[in-house]
Amino acid sequence: MIELRVNGRVHRTEADPQTPLLYVLRDDLGLNGAKFGCGLGQCGACTVVVEGEAVYSCITPVSAIGSRNVRTVEGLGTGETPGPMQRAFIEAQAAQCGYCIPGMMMRAQALLERHPGATPEDIRRALQPNLCRCGTHMRILRAVERAAELMKTGSRS
Amino acid sequence: MMIVRALMTMPAASFVVAWLMSCSSSGPIEPTEPRRPASFDTARVLEGARLAAIGNCITCHTAPQGRAYAGGYPLHTPFGTVYGTNITPDAETGIGRWSEAQFVRAMREGLDREGQHLYPAFPYEYFTRLSDDDLHALYAFVMTREPVRATPPANRMLVPRPAIALWKARYFKPARFQGDASRPAMWNRGAYVVESLAHCSACHTPRGALGAEKKDAYLAGGEAGGWHAPALDATSPSPVPWNPATLAGYLRTGLVDEHAIAAGPMKPVVMNLSQVPEEDTRAIAEYIVSIDARASREREGRAKAALAAPVSRAADLVGDRAIRNGAALYAGACGDCHDRGRAAEGGALPLPLAIGLTIPTPRNLIHIIRGGIVPGPHDARPWMPEFGGALSDSELADLLVYLRSLTDRPPWRDVEAEVKRASKGDE
Repeated sequence: MIELRVNGRVHRTEADPQTPLLYVLRDDLGLNGAKFGCGLGQCGACTVVVEGEAVYSCITPVSAIGSRNVRTVEGLGTGETPGPMQRAFIEAQAAQCGYCIPGMMMRAQALLERHPGATPEDIRRALQPNLCRCGTHMRILRAVERAAELMKTGSRS
Repeated sequence: MMIVRALMTMPAASFVVAWLMSCSSSGPIEPTEPRRPASFDTARVLEGARLAAIGNCITCHTAPQGRAYAGGYPLHTPFGTVYGTNITPDAETGIGRWSEAQFVRAMREGLDREGQHLYPAFPYEYFTRLSDDDLHALYAFVMTREPVRATPPANRMLVPRPAIALWKARYFKPARFQGDASRPAMWNRGAYVVESLAHCSACHTPRGALGAEKKDAYLAGGEAGGWHAPALDATSPSPVPWNPATLAGYLRTGLVDEHAIAAGPMKPVVMNLSQVPEEDTRAIAEYIVSIDARASREREGRAKAALAAPVSRAADLVGDRAIRNGAALYAGACGDCHDRGRAAEGGALPLPLAIGLTIPTPRNLIHIIRGGIVPGPHDARPWMPEFGGALSDSELADLLVYLRSLTDRPPWRDVEAEVKRASKGDE
């Protein structure tokens, strides 16, 4: 039995300790935001935030999380009340197929929480590990820059 | 010599020669007006580009994300931080007013244009062995770079510059390269490059308390930017010993069979060496491998044993809690790639072949596991993902203890302390 804190709530899972965090999130907890892309930490679709740091959940054994809080895209807001990062992505219409977007948002979230004043160059560098096969990078970058503004001005929409 | 003779035949050349001769004096040399780039011979500039790549000059003379050769790279030493200088030909902030004689004197004697001592972080200890021709070419190369107006941050060193004189008196000897006529030409070429321009020894030889190389431990393993630079002599911890072909390939590509990928401070070295003619990397490899004095049969035996080792021992190692936990973490985080071997898609090196496990400190593995190994900007191959956020300090320590147990070496001491030290950024 492993206890796992996700988006502030504690869950229990019977999963084998070596199970990738991603599988537990998706299969046991029904949090389908993080995606399975390559399963090798090469594409970033599975990115979640663990205690402020972006992490590939597909190659992180669930036993490694311990008591640290995991944040997934579901923790950033809901369909009805999207958070600033999600609003920015909607405004910029940054998704094409959308598969990479939760990973992009989570890596960007980790960056902006640590560096609220991240420059476009910082954003580019930070998002480098995350791939978008549709090619919406320009919009994704605009969305993250917009998210930085929204996060600075609080929850005003 | 040819050049000196050619100069002698030219009118008004005597003062140039006098200048060259005055290299060993310590006073200021008058500044000159910046030379037009077009006044340099193209072939010589190209030759200088090759040499600058071998010398890895761009790394320490370029700030992170900065303009090439414009300085500002922080080099952390036990004596403080020294910043790479601007060696573009900008007249005010670079070396635009440096005459060739001043440049040669800096390279061979560690003195700046005014005759002040330079910190030996600038590796003149090695450059002193450079040939006249190579110095001409390097001068032509740097003086034809794009001038960049940029002043690096002031050095933060505990030792004031005049005190360098004492260090030099004790440890620095101006010298020229002495070949070994009994060895093949390729070996001699390698020896010259390694002992002068490439300055391999600057990182791969251990240093004493005053920062001087331990001469009796040449290439026996040293330190660079918080990373361990493995031994290249007979104590080389490489699980599969190097041979000239594999080492030459590694120096050009950073990735050869049965060896770990180049990482840390070796990555820029490889990036630079990928641009030089193959004969250069072959020569370096031939010389370096010759320093490992073990008989080739002994090395073959070692390679065979390393390759025959099981890809990774099962978690049934009778071990303590750390090893059990580390084994579980390995299975969950590492085994997917590393158990499959490089031949498989997305597969990686079986870790018993990785030199990070056999060196005397876990430091390199800590950096690699935390930060991953990111390929260069034009390199599309799969990369070692970062696990910095995935593993807590104590989990990382357990994983390190387990990985070390896959080797025939004694356990690392104070793994937890090493992990903590690295977290604080001990670079």
